[in-house]
Amino acid sequence: MANALGLKCRECGREYPLEPLNACDFCFGPLEVMYDYDAISRLISRESIQAGPNSLWRYRELLPADYHESVDINAGFTPLIRSRNLAKMLGLNALYIKNDSVNPSFSFKDRVVAVASAKALEFEFDTIACASTGNLACSVAAHAARGGLKACVFIPSGLEAGKVLGAAIYNPVLMSVEGSYDDVNRLCSEIADSYPWAFVNINMRPFYAEGSKSLGYEVAEQLGWRTPAHVVVPAASGAMFTKIWKGFNEFADLGLVDPVRTRMHLAQARGCSPIAEAWEENRFMIKPVRPSTLATSLAIGNPADGWYALKAIEASEGSAVITEEDEIAEGVKLLAETEGIFTEGAGGVAIIGLKRLVEKGRIKPDEPTVVYITGNGLKTTELVEDVVNPFLIKPTVSSFEAAMASRTK
Amino acid sequence: MTSPTPPVRRVRLTYVDHLIKQPVVYELGRQFKVVTNVRRADVQENIGWIILEMDGEEDEIDRALDWVRSLGIRIDSVLGDVVEG
Repeated sequence: MANALGLKCRECGREYPLEPLNACDFCFGPLEVMYDYDAISRLISRESIQAGPNSLWRYRELLPADYHESVDINAGFTPLIRSRNLAKMLGLNALYIKNDSVNPSFSFKDRVVAVASAKALEFEFDTIACASTGNLACSVAAHAARGGLKACVFIPSGLEAGKVLGAAIYNPVLMSVEGSYDDVNRLCSEIADSYPWAFVNINMRPFYAEGSKSLGYEVAEQLGWRTPAHVVVPAASGAMFTKIWKGFNEFADLGLVDPVRTRMHLAQARGCSPIAEAWEENRFMIKPVRPSTLATSLAIGNPADGWYALKAIEASEGSAVITEEDEIAEGVKLLAETEGIFTEGAGGVAIIGLKRLVEKGRIKPDEPTVVYITGNGLKTTELVEDVVNPFLIKPTVSSFEAAMASRTK
Repeated sequence: MTSPTPPVRRVRLTYVDHLIKQPVVYELGRQFKVVTNVRRADVQENIGWIILEMDGEEDEIDRALDWVRSLGIRIDSVLGDVVEG
């Protein structure tokens, strides 16, 4: 924490103290944490990182909160898997899968909420809160349970019970808000203004978002202290995408890896692709959309970091790809059948995006490539429920053998 | 615990095509009892957005925003969506 100096507006550059703020008073630009990189460079090394815990807190010098065991659920340091079968199918020789679906509450959100929760303790909040339709709610509720904090989770009414069960099990206060998606957005912004709570992605957002940098650090470390030639990342608000890019570049600036030459590829689903559409239309302006996508964890129509994601694509000479809605489940199944990883719709978007980039020749066979899988499929089973089609047999060997003989695959 | 007076409403308006040429903010201040203040804006050839502060009675601001919406202008939170997956 000593390495975090303050907050700075990403638009006008005005500086603010380390407080629960997320927007500049003057221009409403988003705030970002400033660090004392000279101090960090004296404290951090490959060896110091490797001697740290097997969680994102091994990179604590580069995070804006101190480690607090009381609220730690052991997020991060998830496997980076060298792909064999999917790589072969796509004609790639150096494909890696960052499997972040195995975090404690089964998504990458544990990284951002880990930092936000630790910071909430430092700010002496007793309640953490969020508005979510899934993964974020689970992570906030789980961290609150561990830390003995109160949790208040807002969800749009009409959400299927299964989608919030992963949060409800930790016993947060669940508020199902009658009204549109926009109504929930507005209500939560108002509550965040008037209640002394740590809204993880509102007043805690500058700290929260920094947790995603660890997705960049880990991949670089796990690749043997180098950054890949390409990454393919599913995007909603665009924050994670920009933070992976930031993580790579911080490592390079600190001399932990060579200068970054990674091309950043952003993947969105057709039903909610405001960032990718802007990229395809060559405009640096996000046109908000009404989300309507099967990749529910990517359904952010007005992405707070969309413009910054476009800048990261440009700076890295990357690109954006759009996965059609009817391809999302296909991507989920492809990853499961080839690599044994069951991801949610966002993962399907990333896998099809990867496939498309290979088909277009943007990713060459020998270029080290990492695809980020950020959430677990067990939360959204309805997306692929058509796979459940067992043989119905009698309890006899002959019935079993008849079924085996009838197999078409 | 709620604020005794409602805070100034801040919205992001996104315009496309012909709407860019309309004096929407002027009309909004003329037709409704709302004080407007443009805080940031970016207007390009076919698309533009402005961040607008609106001060006035809550109901009047709601009516003003309904009128803006009826023109086909999109209204969003200044800070982006906060409902995440």
